[in-house]
Amino acid sequence: MAKYLFLRLLDAIPTVFLVLTLVFVAMRILPGDPALAVLGANADGGQLEAFREKMGLNDPLWLQYLNFLWDAVRLDFGNSLMNDQPISRMIANNLPHTIYLTLLSVLLGLSMGIPLGVIAARNRNRPPDSALRIYSLMGYAIPDFYLAAILLVVFSLNLGWFPINGEGEGFWDGLHHLILPALTLALLKSAFLGRLTRTSLLEVLGRDYIRTARAKGAQEGRVVFHHGLRNAMLPLSTGIGISILATLSGSVAVELVFNRPGIGRLLIDAITERDYPVIQAGVMMFAFFVILVNLAMDVVYLIVDPRIRIKS
Amino acid sequence: MTLLLDVQNLVVEFGPVRNPVRVVNGISFTVQAGESVGIVGESGSGKSMTALSILRLVNEPPARVSGKVLFQGRDLMQIPKRDMPAVRGKEIGMIFQEPMSSLNPVMTIGDQIDEAIFLHEDLSKAARRQRVIDLLRLVGMPDPENRLSAYPDQFSGGMRQRVMAAMAMACNPKLLIADEPTTALDVTIQAQVLAMMLDIRTRLNSAILLITHDLGVVAEICDRVVVMYAGHIMEDAGVHELFANARHPYTQGLLKSVPTLNDTRKRLHQIPGTVPPAGTIKQGCPFRPRCPMRMDRCAVEMPPLVAHGPAHRAACWATQPEGVA
Repeated sequence: MAKYLFLRLLDAIPTVFLVLTLVFVAMRILPGDPALAVLGANADGGQLEAFREKMGLNDPLWLQYLNFLWDAVRLDFGNSLMNDQPISRMIANNLPHTIYLTLLSVLLGLSMGIPLGVIAARNRNRPPDSALRIYSLMGYAIPDFYLAAILLVVFSLNLGWFPINGEGEGFWDGLHHLILPALTLALLKSAFLGRLTRTSLLEVLGRDYIRTARAKGAQEGRVVFHHGLRNAMLPLSTGIGISILATLSGSVAVELVFNRPGIGRLLIDAITERDYPVIQAGVMMFAFFVILVNLAMDVVYLIVDPRIRIKS
Repeated sequence: MTLLLDVQNLVVEFGPVRNPVRVVNGISFTVQAGESVGIVGESGSGKSMTALSILRLVNEPPARVSGKVLFQGRDLMQIPKRDMPAVRGKEIGMIFQEPMSSLNPVMTIGDQIDEAIFLHEDLSKAARRQRVIDLLRLVGMPDPENRLSAYPDQFSGGMRQRVMAAMAMACNPKLLIADEPTTALDVTIQAQVLAMMLDIRTRLNSAILLITHDLGVVAEICDRVVVMYAGHIMEDAGVHELFANARHPYTQGLLKSVPTLNDTRKRLHQIPGTVPPAGTIKQGCPFRPRCPMRMDRCAVEMPPLVAHGPAHRAACWATQPEGVA
């Protein structure tokens, strides 16, 4: 088991390396001169040259690459071009907000999606099942930024139940500010997870061991949750992983609409300002997040599927 | 002898109500306490559906089940659905055909057998654990204490079937239904599992309803045999009586198809044709197209089960005794 985890961890190293390399290459082949972009068209030759020298843009490419890797390993992303703040501090300020948003939206998404899926599976081809089908289709079809705007208009502007923007102060105020953005992502997740739960559970409920559980004398509830859902967790946990990753793309739109701090927001701002080092750091953060979630999912598989434990 | 199970006019049908496909066609049979009865038939004869119907494990819908299943005088078809779990596993245990897929892959075998006890009996955890170990020993699992925390995937088919049997026997049921318990197993393992079932039977004195297509298995375990074909009971007799004096052409064909060691025949006997798909023969005797003794009457009317002696019934126009009409 420890060996399995260790191997997974080793697996992640080339991935991290590849991501870093891709980010480096992508930043170098982007059209435009960073110096020109930052200093503007009015900058004279001397200023541009000084900027290039300062940013290491005159070094040979291999040296730039090695410096880049070394900085990345030390989590030193340099300073922002716009406000000259250390980027690591900007990330430290923004990352928690994205993590809160991810956690709450995943939690809400699961607590809505799984029960919906169970109800639909238990009522296959009856009205509750059709209702979930329509709900899921809507969830697939509505873009996150649009749903965010609708929720904002209805619950913040019209009903006034939630604050319109910002992140709030302290735990309860923070939570109050967090609910609507998290709900936006959670609704979309629950559409996906509900559908997935229904499919996985129906597949499992047709298995022979479910009949065995009934033949033992287990009541329906126990059959569905103890035997059915427990086995449906295998395919479901993959979906949950995908759904957590979807928070990333979702957080970009949601943080923007609700005007919240966060990595997505940071990235969007950096892109509009052409703050290359910040974009670079933001993309890396997203990539690390993906790798981290995948690692976490491997651990989850280990917990839900004893067969993996037996083999390793 | 006391009557344990009395199935009366059991019907299992699928499809439209006006034009149903009947896979079990109004069959009636009994099992006495401590008796072991075999239900024999080819695939599609309705024998598994019969077994599942007794525990009401047939999915309704799409199926429709009717008739009476009197277990110790109580009609299981009439009790509320939510009361069935109290019967399943406690009064009637069941072993399934597929040991590879009939155990929950994410639960240890100890927990799965424990659940069968936990659901019906108010015992401490330690007492249940001891019972699980005893059960595993009863079904011939070597080193049971150390196998409790193993998962089904760590066992062979034969061992899994022993786990299934331990589960089915967990609460000393009065009736054990075994649906093709040896079909998916290697021949050597089959013999072990049969020996195990015989052993269980003598020790616990449970009645056994054995569903099988294998007459050899029936000969080893059963006191009485019910022969099914296309959802009908064709013949029903004591095991010795049936092997010596089969009255139905289908049973006779089945018996002739069993190879024996001192066989001088060049070719094994076979019944020509195949079992008709369920519901295709709506009138007359369903065995008619394959029957060597068929008569005109067979196409019109299904022959009733009539007595051919004490505790021997057969449904055939051609062999039915004189004077029965």
